[in-house]
Amino acid sequence: MAKIPVQFTLNGAEKAEFIDSGTTLLHALRDKIGDTSPKGGCHQGTCGACSVIIDGELRLSCLTLAETCNGAAITTTSGLSQGGVLHPLQRAFLDAFATQCGFCTPGMIMAAKVLLDHTPDPSRDEVVEALSGNICRCTGYEPIIQAVLTAARSNSQNAA
Amino acid sequence: MALALQTFSTVKDANAALKAAGTRYLGGGTLVVRGANEGDVSVSSLIRSTEPALSAITVSGDNVRIGASLTMAAIAGHPNLVALARAARAVGGPAIRNMATVGGNLFAPAPYGDFTVALLALDAIVSTEGGEKPIETFLAKRQSNHAIVTEVGFTLPAEGLRFLKVSRVKPKGVSVLSIAAVLEQAPDGTVSSAHIALGCMADRPMRAKAAEEALLGRKLTSDGIAPALAVASDGTSPVTDPIASAWYRNEVLPVHLGRLLLA
Ligand SMILES: Cc1cc2nc3c(=O)[nH]c(=O)nc-3n(C[C@H](O)[C@H](O)[C@H](O)COP(=O)(O)OP(=O)(O)OC[C@H]3O[C@@H](n4cnc5c(N)ncnc54)[C@H](O)[C@@H]3O)c2cc1C
Ligand code: FES
Ligand code: FES
Repeated sequence: MAKIPVQFTLNGAEKAEFIDSGTTLLHALRDKIGDTSPKGGCHQGTCGACSVIIDGELRLSCLTLAETCNGAAITTTSGLSQGGVLHPLQRAFLDAFATQCGFCTPGMIMAAKVLLDHTPDPSRDEVVEALSGNICRCTGYEPIIQAVLTAARSNSQNAA
Repeated sequence: MALALQTFSTVKDANAALKAAGTRYLGGGTLVVRGANEGDVSVSSLIRSTEPALSAITVSGDNVRIGASLTMAAIAGHPNLVALARAARAVGGPAIRNMATVGGNLFAPAPYGDFTVALLALDAIVSTEGGEKPIETFLAKRQSNHAIVTEVGFTLPAEGLRFLKVSRVKPKGVSVLSIAAVLEQAPDGTVSSAHIALGCMADRPMRAKAAEEALLGRKLTSDGIAPALAVASDGTSPVTDPIASAWYRNEVLPVHLGRLLLA
């Protein structure tokens, strides 16, 4: 089958690829473009490990066809650190021991980032709700919730 | 097998393309792409339409029309659709709600279809290019529908929409069951009209007709609703799945219906 072109920005950089029609965004990002930060856990929409931000909204890249993202702005966890300095969420995840095997972490961070972008000072319930589509088999969730709350506090301190 | 996507700017052209064998419409893809990832080879070509009307919400007075491509997140966040927010938020987690469309929810098999339960209680009208159908008729024959649903329309209920979803995992979890009710009460407090819709109590959302009838002329008190609860499970054939058995769903239905009616 003829390949089709797709073009979008990934973490601010223009990307263009030829893909097979019907390729998922997860597959395109990991195996074509080489951004392996979104993880393929279930390919069914249930684990959230493949979460990315498309035009400001949290989406599951395993259920999104890459060609529907033409012209979109896509953010993944690999785009968060700036010049070797970790994003406050990444820092907080490390400090709070909110990442163990690390498989869920990029998805958790994407979900948390969308939350903090819209709600800079979330309640605990809002954090739980925001992470409710993401499964973690290691941490028991509590360190992750604490990390997100800590990142929110450090953001507001930096802004003050 | 490779899956190909064809995009059309009009519903008309997309409907024409859907006549070919092996094609399926692509809404948000949360069920159809998931199916492909799981190895469903019955679909070889996905069709979608980007016609703007599919993404429009019009609210004029109490009359609402929602384009089929609108997502649960868009509905949950719409200032004029507060009555539906609870039902829209009942679907999946945040990422699913950013993707899951109204159109796709109409076709979602149990244990899914929570938003459709609300639409059924609202007696919504389902529109395709071929015309309009009451949602109950539409749902009864949905497997033989090959036309793109363009929008759903309904009147916002004066006394609000009651909605409840029971799930084991909070805040997000698949339904044990969901219930939506639109009630009207006479000045003396007796029920003058009742529309009650149930999710997971059959392979698709259904109306609780016996309970609706038993509520008429009754007050919303424990005694008043007792006859309705006694017949709540009439005509149900719930699914048995890893969330709950059919037996369990039937057992707990009257309890949750009672809570919704007394709330
Ligand atoms: C992890 C997970 C959790 C979920 N949780 C819930 C939940 O709690 N509650 C719930 O109700 N659902 C849930 N779902 C199911 C699903 O996400 C929703 O039912 C959703 O609304 C389906 O819409 P979609 O646009 O993604 O459908 P799609 O996958 O795009 O389509 C589903 C079917 O509908 C058809 N279709 C879609 N749009 C149209 C249209 N406009 N005209 C004609 N046919 C159309 C498609 O051809 C396909 O056959 C969940 C799914 C996942 C993966
Ligand atoms: S891989 Fe996408 S949700 Fe699990
Ligand atoms: S850290 Fe291992 S799954 Fe979350």
